[in-house]
Amino acid sequence: MQRMVINRILIGIVTLFVVSILVFVGTSILPGDVAEIVLGQAATPESLAAYRAERGLDQPLYIQFISWLQGMATGDLGISKAGGATISSLIDGRLGNTMYLAAIVAVISVPLSIALGLLAAMYPGTWIDRVLTFGTLSLISVPEFFIATFMVLILAVNLHWLPAISRISPDATFLEEMRGLAMPLITLIIVVSAQMIRMTRAGILNVMNSPYIEMAILKGVPRKRIILRHAFFNAIGPIVNVVALNLAYLVSGVVVVETIFAYPGLAKLMIDGVQTRDLPLVQACAMIFCGTYVVLIILADVAAILSNPRLRNPK
Amino acid sequence: MSELLEVRGLKIEAKKEDGTPIPIVKGVDFVVKAGQVVALIGESGSGKTTISLAALAYTRPGLEFCGGEVCLHGEDILTMPPLGQRNLRGNRVAYLAQSAAATFNPAITIGEQVTESAVLHGVLTQEEANIRAIELYGALELPDPELLGRRYPHQVSGGQLQRLMAAMALIGKPDLLVLDEPTTALDVTTQIEVLKAFKKVINEEGSAAIYVTHDLAVVAQVADHIVVLYSGEVQEQGSVEQIINNPQHPYTKRLMAAVKPKPTVDLASDAVDARHDREHDNVRVENMTAGYGGIIDGKPAITVLRDIDMSVENGHVVGVIGESGCGKSTLARVIAGLLAPAQGSISLDGKILPGNMLSRSRSELQKLQFVYQMADTALNPRQLIGDILGRPLQFYHGITGKENRRRVNELLELVELPIDFAERYQTELSGGQKQRVNLARALAAEPEVLLCDEVTSALDSIVSSNVIKLLSKLRDKTGVSFMFISHDLSTVASFADEIVVLYAGRVVEQGPVAKILAPPFHPYTRLLISSVPELRIGWLEETMGKREMAVGIARGVEITEVGCPFYNRCPMAIEGTCNLDTAPVHEPSSGHLIACHCSLEDIIAVEHETQQILKGFEGIGDKVDINPTGKAAVLTQEHF
Repeated sequence: MQRMVINRILIGIVTLFVVSILVFVGTSILPGDVAEIVLGQAATPESLAAYRAERGLDQPLYIQFISWLQGMATGDLGISKAGGATISSLIDGRLGNTMYLAAIVAVISVPLSIALGLLAAMYPGTWIDRVLTFGTLSLISVPEFFIATFMVLILAVNLHWLPAISRISPDATFLEEMRGLAMPLITLIIVVSAQMIRMTRAGILNVMNSPYIEMAILKGVPRKRIILRHAFFNAIGPIVNVVALNLAYLVSGVVVVETIFAYPGLAKLMIDGVQTRDLPLVQACAMIFCGTYVVLIILADVAAILSNPRLRNPK
Repeated sequence: MSELLEVRGLKIEAKKEDGTPIPIVKGVDFVVKAGQVVALIGESGSGKTTISLAALAYTRPGLEFCGGEVCLHGEDILTMPPLGQRNLRGNRVAYLAQSAAATFNPAITIGEQVTESAVLHGVLTQEEANIRAIELYGALELPDPELLGRRYPHQVSGGQLQRLMAAMALIGKPDLLVLDEPTTALDVTTQIEVLKAFKKVINEEGSAAIYVTHDLAVVAQVADHIVVLYSGEVQEQGSVEQIINNPQHPYTKRLMAAVKPKPTVDLASDAVDARHDREHDNVRVENMTAGYGGIIDGKPAITVLRDIDMSVENGHVVGVIGESGCGKSTLARVIAGLLAPAQGSISLDGKILPGNMLSRSRSELQKLQFVYQMADTALNPRQLIGDILGRPLQFYHGITGKENRRRVNELLELVELPIDFAERYQTELSGGQKQRVNLARALAAEPEVLLCDEVTSALDSIVSSNVIKLLSKLRDKTGVSFMFISHDLSTVASFADEIVVLYAGRVVEQGPVAKILAPPFHPYTRLLISSVPELRIGWLEETMGKREMAVGIARGVEITEVGCPFYNRCPMAIEGTCNLDTAPVHEPSSGHLIACHCSLEDIIAVEHETQQILKGFEGIGDKVDINPTGKAAVLTQEHF
């Protein structure tokens, strides 16, 4: 089992390496020369050459890649071209904001959706199940910008209950902060929960067809215990994978939500970077997103391995 | 006073998609008295499992009760509120399912699963339940009772799981046990051990039981009363003596007739003709070792087969027999080229074949065809039968168009199916029909050798005896050779010319059927033959009294690197020799090989004991006269 876990981690590292090549090559073949963009009107052949030499842009691509990768590995993410600040300092606060939002959403939505999924699986075909199925299906099909805009329209514009923008000032109290974050939180919780609820329900019901569940029924085990003790542990594998994918989405896929609520998160920073052709910034953000995915998927795999007694206790 | 369980006019229906009901159980009556074992027998589809589950007031999804009553101690359990039914299940009535491997939850320890119902129903506290579980493990002769509860289901063997399920059912001292084909999925030597444990525990606990099975020989060992079912109706019921010895209803008689005959020797067959010249070999396996995992120095990581020597002669049927895990299927896979051997060679018509099927030529592939056990999974459910059969015709022989269709029809006729089946899908066919299509598909290639892997194991006794009849006809008509793999000695004996007995990846005995089924025996073959249940009341007790059964049954298969693999279960084992050296091969008569350390004289000396077992084999008793030298009279006639 240890070997399997180590294997997963090694595969994760290889994946990250391959991704870093893709990110680097991908951003390098974007049209436009960095030196020309930065120097703009002041570009003369001499100044361009000097700039390239200073940044190592005249080196072959693979040398640039190696030094970039070295920087990434040691935490030196390079210097932004817009304003010349270090990228680490730009990302620092933004990453914190994104993680803060993601953490709150995760803490609320993961237990909530697993509980609702279990509830739907416990009473399949009843009104509870139907309401949950109808609700989750509708929410999956509605794009998130629609939910967000709709909420702004109702809660902020019409009712004036909540601010339409989620800028957090450092001296805000916790309550004010939560008021500011309420709408992005609700939007994200709705978006990620719908899928997790459906997968939990499907995963459990799939296991419910097994002969060992029939056996549990014939032993007179109450339905609640059948779901929680007999079915849930056998359905953990697929459920944690969906949870991991949704948590990764919270870090990287929330561009739309961050933009609509003008929330200063990492995804928005990356979009700004793309607009200003700030390639080192885009590269750094992309690597953080990919890293998050890889780490979460590894965690999900390890959780699935640990939940399987065949792998935990070999013969 | 009311009976323990009374079933009166029980009716159960399924609903079609359009709402029209399909009757599954059509008014069944029977009674289970306290301390009595009632057997429900019938083919699959007879409703026997559905009826047995009614004793727990349960129906599988899609079915519902629609009439009659099931009274436990006079109280109708079908009309009880759900809570009452739940309190009854696992408490007053307990269920044992067919496949323990599927019935145990893989994620929960054995101990928790065994004690769960008693603790939930408040019969015992967790501590009391743990103590009782350990007692039951001991009574069921399970190893390490103290530690067993902490293990997970995948950590114990199939036969042990089956007995653990009995412990799970008995934990709360139920009034009634429902046993649904509890030994059908087991090997004969495991079956006899589980049967023995069940019978002992049922006697000691004094509980009544409903025993569901299709195997009359098993019923004769355990039941007091038999209910014969067909298509959801009772055909006949009565005491076990009456049904077994004097069946009245035509259907019961048919069932009795389909009971697999005891392994018998038919002197009329040319089986005794023991020519062994290589000219006539279709397939020859020489000195072959194979297994799974990477091969280092000619040794695979996990060795499954060791030093196999065998051959399939032209037009002959070679039966390969052994318990699950002995390497039967692996042998077929190696011959088919699905698994390359680590050592040794496979030759076809005297020419050595490449180990891997990818390097074999199309004509070499065409000559060896594989028939899988599960026709359901071997036949593509989205292709018409005609296309499934037409494809090999086109692939191997380039036959297309009208000629292809004509040959498909011929093939269907050959396997005795109507030709309009070409326009159907496999999902519309019954199990036996699918297996016929499966055979026709292999025959379409016009092979020289068919490798049949447990082709009748998933079928009912009546259906499976029909498939065997078909196979014999096919052999006569087409002249194809067969390698016929089965764990069921009776099936093999009824069809094969030669038998290869595999044990833990090694050939322990091989030769013509008549010589395998007559002494001298390899000790394992003797155990195997003695373990086949007989349709005779009292057989179980009689057999268990024998010395070799006591040793052989108590231990499991161990795959060993050196020595004789059967050492730990052998009543004749010689310590210091059998466990260290590879067994020498004796040839008591031409073509009959026994791999054993004991001298032929010793093996023959035990045959006196064996004669008693053979008395049960009326077929052999009639035809083969066993004299004290251990050589069957047949041989004498043949050779002199």
